Amino acid sequence: MTNSSSNTTVEMTGPRGAKPKRALSPRNIMIYGVLLVVACYYLLPLYVMIATSLKGMPEIRLGNIFAPPVDITFEPWVKAWSQACTGLNCEGLSRGFWNSVRILIPSVAISILIASVNGYALANWKFKGAEVFFTILIFGAFIPYQIMIYPMVIFLRELGLFGKLGGLVLVHTVFGMPILTLLFRNYFTSLPEELFKAARVDGAGFWGIYFRIMLPMSIPIFVVAMILQVTGIWNDFLFGVIYTKPDAYPMTVQLNNIVNSVQGVKEYNVNMAATLLTGVVPLVIYFASGKLFVRGIAAGAVKG
Amino acid sequence: MAQSTRPNRLFRNLNAKIAALPMIATALVVFIGFTVWTIVHSFTKSKLLPKLDFVGFAQYERLWGTRRWLVSIENLAFYGISSLVFSLTIGFLLACLLDQKIRFENTFRTIILYPFALSFIVTGLVWQWILNPEFGVQNIVRSLGFSEFVFDPLYNADVVIFGILIAGLWQGTGFIMVIMLAGLRGIDQEIWKASRIDGIPSWKTYIFVVIPMMRPVFITALVLIAAGIVKVYDLVVAQTNGGPGNASEVPAKYVYDMMFKNQNLGQGFAASTVMLLSVLVILIPWAYLEFGGRKGDK
Repeated sequence: MTNSSSNTTVEMTGPRGAKPKRALSPRNIMIYGVLLVVACYYLLPLYVMIATSLKGMPEIRLGNIFAPPVDITFEPWVKAWSQACTGLNCEGLSRGFWNSVRILIPSVAISILIASVNGYALANWKFKGAEVFFTILIFGAFIPYQIMIYPMVIFLRELGLFGKLGGLVLVHTVFGMPILTLLFRNYFTSLPEELFKAARVDGAGFWGIYFRIMLPMSIPIFVVAMILQVTGIWNDFLFGVIYTKPDAYPMTVQLNNIVNSVQGVKEYNVNMAATLLTGVVPLVIYFASGKLFVRGIAAGAVKG
Repeated sequence: MAQSTRPNRLFRNLNAKIAALPMIATALVVFIGFTVWTIVHSFTKSKLLPKLDFVGFAQYERLWGTRRWLVSIENLAFYGISSLVFSLTIGFLLACLLDQKIRFENTFRTIILYPFALSFIVTGLVWQWILNPEFGVQNIVRSLGFSEFVFDPLYNADVVIFGILIAGLWQGTGFIMVIMLAGLRGIDQEIWKASRIDGIPSWKTYIFVVIPMMRPVFITALVLIAAGIVKVYDLVVAQTNGGPGNASEVPAKYVYDMMFKNQNLGQGFAASTVMLLSVLVILIPWAYLEFGGRKGDK
């Protein structure tokens, strides 16, 4: 703890108290050494994915999976995107990609819209019983989906939505609601109450306050919710496989069918290219959003 | 809010109630209604279609007499306990390392957390490839001269669950680390100063002061991991599809296969009810401690 103590003295007494820090103390070497090894371990699968996807099959059969590609080829990528087969269908992963996009956009928009209004009502317009429903909702976040999936099938069938895009959107909205409602409720509760009261005095109603005051003030939390939902829905497998038909399978389901299909020769480079293509969307969001992603998952984790 | 006029209690705050309708419907219809529906139907002999033909506990008797279910439970218990222990330990240690006021903290955190953004399907497929005995780790160690080296967790029924554990930990520890790091940052710096003045070594401060102070963080992490573990499904489907044989089956997969492949709905309902019970066993004491206790304080 020598480092931190010198840091705190710097803060308190200015330059006078600063001790010269040794950059290469044994302690630092150990910390950075361990962290570097850990970082390598975490990066390894990503590296293997990229390296394998850029090799030709002969090179894969001869070499080892950790070797960098010698003859870089983008053919596996092209093949994974437009020719890879699932069963009789050989349109490649592109179909799954567009299915996922079609699922993603309405699901994200609708689930966030509904959850934000819910959270707003819970934070600012408490009515009798609201807390009870909210508690049930939060408990629901922990209930294994398995116990609700079959009645949901019947429910969607009755509505005529089973196997359709609308059905899956509904499922994502329902099962995303606990975490999103919690997120928005906590955020709206943290806003100064005077704002709300002032707007009430000025005669604004429920929707007026929501659209003209709350919404413009809560762009950051909407971004956090979007990150949460986009990665969550993109990565979903269970709902996709249950509530859609093969034509409409999202990317994760199609990817699994391509890679784990038993027919034909295994083309590991194509498989890895396909895997990487599926992982790219959440990875881009993750690396682009930085701290907001952390905030999103932490907001989901730490109860208010 | 409306003290002056008291028309009908139901219509007071009407807009908020309308706005909260989706939440109320979800809570009542889906989370309670659907759960009760499944529990009720787990006592019937539904096969292809749900029917209210009650048979008592017959489905449960069959469930606990099925080899595959027992293997699933065993796997889940082993996977669950190991991943709890490992992710809490590794997550905490990594958080401590990152909390040493190091440079490039953001870079390291970004690297350790990125797998969490990936789906279990992607995770499972990558690790399936790395653990592939013909091309992956085993092949490399063999080519270094150890020609007898065996490392094929995904093809060996005895250790297949370790293969899944490796992948699961790779995906999830970053998340636990972030929670732990937030917990560590929440500890008052005065504690550190005090222990330094007293000349207590920092590892002792961690064990005897910091960890007890972080109890709520540990419990939150524990509940989150536990709730996630019971749902484990995609990872197994992608990595081994339950194989070799039945060796890596998990309860969630049993439920799915019974409901949507084997047309044995009653079994699926009974199995999912057992899953629910196992979650409640963890959840109710936690909720009691967390929320019941808090009310008592104030």
